[in-house]
Amino acid sequence: MSQSPKSREKCEISFTVNGKLETVHVHAMERLLDVLRHELGLTGTKEGCGEGECGSCSVLIDGMLVNSCLIPVLQANGTKIVTIEGLAADGRLQILQQAFLDCGGAQCGICTPGMILASLHLLEKKPQPTLEEIREGLSGNLCRCTGYMQIFDAVAEAARRGATA
Amino acid sequence: MFSRQQSRPLQRPVEAGLAPPRPSGSRVAPIYLPHQSPPRFRIVCHTLLQAAKSCKRLHDSSIRMKNARIVGTSVPRMEGRGKVTGQARYVDDMVLPGMLYGATVRSRIPRGKIKKFTFGPGIEWNEFIIVTPRDIPGKNCIALIEDDQPCLADGIVNHPEEPLLLLAHPDRHLLPKAVEAVTVEYEPLPAIFDMKESEALQQIIWGTDNTFKTYLIEKGNIDSVWQTADHIVEAKYTTGAQEQLYIENNGMIATFDLQQGLTVWGSLQCPYYIHKALMKLFGLPADRVRVVQMETGGAFGGKEEYPSMIAAHAALLAMKSGKPVKIIYDRMEDMAATTKRHPSHTRHRTAVSKDGKLLAGEIDFTIDGGAYKTLSPVVLSRGAIHAGGAYYWPSIRIRAKAVATNAPPHGAFRGFGAPQSLFAIERHMDRIAQIVGLSPVEIRRRNFLKPGQTTTTGQTVNEEIDLGKLLDRALELSDYHAKKKIFAQDNEQSPRKKGMGIAAFLHGAGFTGSGERFLGSVVGVEACDDGNLRILVSSTEFGQGTNTVLCQIVAEALGIHYEDVSIAQPDTHEVPNSGPTVASRTVMVVGKLVQSAAVGIRNTLTASGMLKDSYSPEEFRAACRAYVAAHGKLRSVAQYEQPDDIVWDEDKYRGSAYAAFAWAVYVAEVTVDLTTYSATVNDFVALQEIGRVLHPVLAKGQIIGGVAQGIGFALYEKVIWENGRMQNGQMTNYIMPTSADLPPIRVYFEELGNVHGAFGAKGIGELPMDGPAPAIVNAIEDALHISFDCIPLLPEDIFAALSENESPQTAIARAPE
Repeated sequence: MSQSPKSREKCEISFTVNGKLETVHVHAMERLLDVLRHELGLTGTKEGCGEGECGSCSVLIDGMLVNSCLIPVLQANGTKIVTIEGLAADGRLQILQQAFLDCGGAQCGICTPGMILASLHLLEKKPQPTLEEIREGLSGNLCRCTGYMQIFDAVAEAARRGATA
Repeated sequence: MFSRQQSRPLQRPVEAGLAPPRPSGSRVAPIYLPHQSPPRFRIVCHTLLQAAKSCKRLHDSSIRMKNARIVGTSVPRMEGRGKVTGQARYVDDMVLPGMLYGATVRSRIPRGKIKKFTFGPGIEWNEFIIVTPRDIPGKNCIALIEDDQPCLADGIVNHPEEPLLLLAHPDRHLLPKAVEAVTVEYEPLPAIFDMKESEALQQIIWGTDNTFKTYLIEKGNIDSVWQTADHIVEAKYTTGAQEQLYIENNGMIATFDLQQGLTVWGSLQCPYYIHKALMKLFGLPADRVRVVQMETGGAFGGKEEYPSMIAAHAALLAMKSGKPVKIIYDRMEDMAATTKRHPSHTRHRTAVSKDGKLLAGEIDFTIDGGAYKTLSPVVLSRGAIHAGGAYYWPSIRIRAKAVATNAPPHGAFRGFGAPQSLFAIERHMDRIAQIVGLSPVEIRRRNFLKPGQTTTTGQTVNEEIDLGKLLDRALELSDYHAKKKIFAQDNEQSPRKKGMGIAAFLHGAGFTGSGERFLGSVVGVEACDDGNLRILVSSTEFGQGTNTVLCQIVAEALGIHYEDVSIAQPDTHEVPNSGPTVASRTVMVVGKLVQSAAVGIRNTLTASGMLKDSYSPEEFRAACRAYVAAHGKLRSVAQYEQPDDIVWDEDKYRGSAYAAFAWAVYVAEVTVDLTTYSATVNDFVALQEIGRVLHPVLAKGQIIGGVAQGIGFALYEKVIWENGRMQNGQMTNYIMPTSADLPPIRVYFEELGNVHGAFGAKGIGELPMDGPAPAIVNAIEDALHISFDCIPLLPEDIFAALSENESPQTAIARAPE
């Protein structure tokens, strides 16, 4: 949980989330995670550990994969953010999301939004990753259910189907 | 309550919550041996037609298997779309108007008397709701097997992190500071942190003898064997605590009002456990307590019993404040305060013939239950029954004991006692092999249970399992023999020592002994006005695939589309008590009941003349629609009944312990790097016989996930204790495997085709937790020629053992006296 902001002034911060410009009136040191969840109702971004270890709160900021529990919202001012809600905005699952479903990449689902964003980030850098690159690329995101193998399958399958094409 | 909506003409009332407490605390018990005698389910149709017409015994499900269309295929996960789009709703995603946030003030000491609370300066205490034990309207306990665990410690503290007081405030940021500002003055009492100290009765910290439960399992006469045996092999094995580490922390939201009573929404496995606990704590009748499961982000047993505590806390704050209250634990609180796998000690003394046959065994199995009884008796039961492993023992004596220490109560975690006792027997088999002069493969082959033989509780193996064949296949898949040979040569030169290890084991599915009979689980299936079917069970989804597989079963049973079946959100006002979602019982036991209830719908439709004997899925939907339009409702309920020919003697602990066993042989290939002393698993073969695989992708996912947790149990996950408190309650210092740490986990199934649960399925959820640790430690011994008998086995432990000149062998081999 973040520091008590009660005694401090709120400030206006603007950023683009999933293509939409948002302006929030929050404390500068509020965690981006909390602002996304509480101010914008984007609850697809999850908290697992609150210390940047599990990757459940992963989002993309200007194309970089970050743990939103470690980002003071001030730092996100003026950036472009992508959360899980931005991936099937038109109601159609992206290739990567479909591959997660088909391959068993999501079990309890709590790590899934972060895992999908980490996978997307990986595929953008390496459209045809090797197994070793997938293992390394996802090693910042913990999953307790799957033992990861079916997540690797999903990423490899998405690459085969041309996820970033 | 489900029963509020309509009368259920069942002959026997169904009690909410757990089975009635039994002196022996049996949670587990034989259900039925389907191939011997098919289970009898009553099908009760709540229709305007004569229900009796449709009450038929369920046909053997194997009849349909040949033409199975849905079972055995990997249909899309029922709730999968919500999970990959971020739309799935977990408890922390839910916000109610005017909601407060709750927090828990906990004990900092392991044991003592509470003298005084001081609410420190700098906090606007008048803004906070504060709950003390005085605010509890009913009995101050979390009702489970025994009512010994208080909801809030009253006067005395028995473990660190025990809940003392509750706080709530609209601004969640203010809570951590307020919790810190409450100081508690104690009169400390001497505490116990070790099973040996507990058994030595240095302090009496629970009951009269620090003992939650003991069991004695006896078969044959072991005492006559010791004098004549060729070898007697003795050793002791220990396993550590393990954190479930679901990625979603525990959380609950509660509301209270005088008309509706209590409602809680949360992350949980067992709605009716919480229902039972809240009724007792608040003194409320069943229909004024409502428990709803939200999407649950992993559980693994860790959300079996402790959610009752959190629900109770949120509910007390909600009652006192008159507002909704949300409690979400942060990671450190979740790890320090909630349950973990029971630490264990197992002592083996085994008489063996010179040709490697097990003649007699004496096993002392002890687990650390922590400060309160909670589920320890049933964890102990499963551990004790599995202690002999997958082997035939002409005679054996198993003494099992769960003891108290001043640590937070240990609890359910996938495997439920079996991973502990199976670690011991599977390490011990390798030790016996060495002493007798046989290979690990051969010692197992000579002692495997065979059809017609009896287990340690005297249960006859009456399925055509061939463990020797299973072993051969696992060795072939892992290239065991060739690799072992190469490693033996290469290890001489290389600082990276490689080894191969095996574990063969079994896991009983469903509740032990008479547990299922006491539960008397009830399920429902109803037709909706659009013609689709909806399953009504309290069985929960937390990643394993409950929703998907139960819907597959209904679709398969009725020959309709998978898409035409849905499952209700578990809500005690909407669904009957189908029992807790534990013990690998959901597919096998609940699935069979759901199949039965589904058939009841069809029978009612055909009896009504609205459905022909043969029909298309579309015709089935049309018939449902027509029936509901004409009669308003169509619901079919099935309740578990235990066949009379199942015999379980709770006093002697003999008889049919489980309705079915799943069987497995796992092979681990390991490298120990002598520059870092770390052990890495390079390849892992998991071969199991689990009856019919209903959903290949989900089943494989269960096995891989369980193996990954087993690898963590063996090599990474160490709880550091200090005065009963976990010191490494963070993901940064409690290390679970990442994607970079795990080997390829190769999963293979054998399907014997025996009919157990729905469409021949056995339970599989817990099985994969049992085998990895012994297989890995056996492989490390193969690599280093040093025996390790404690897990977790960290690099520092390997370093310490290698640094000693003498090997830490504890085995004693001697000629007969």
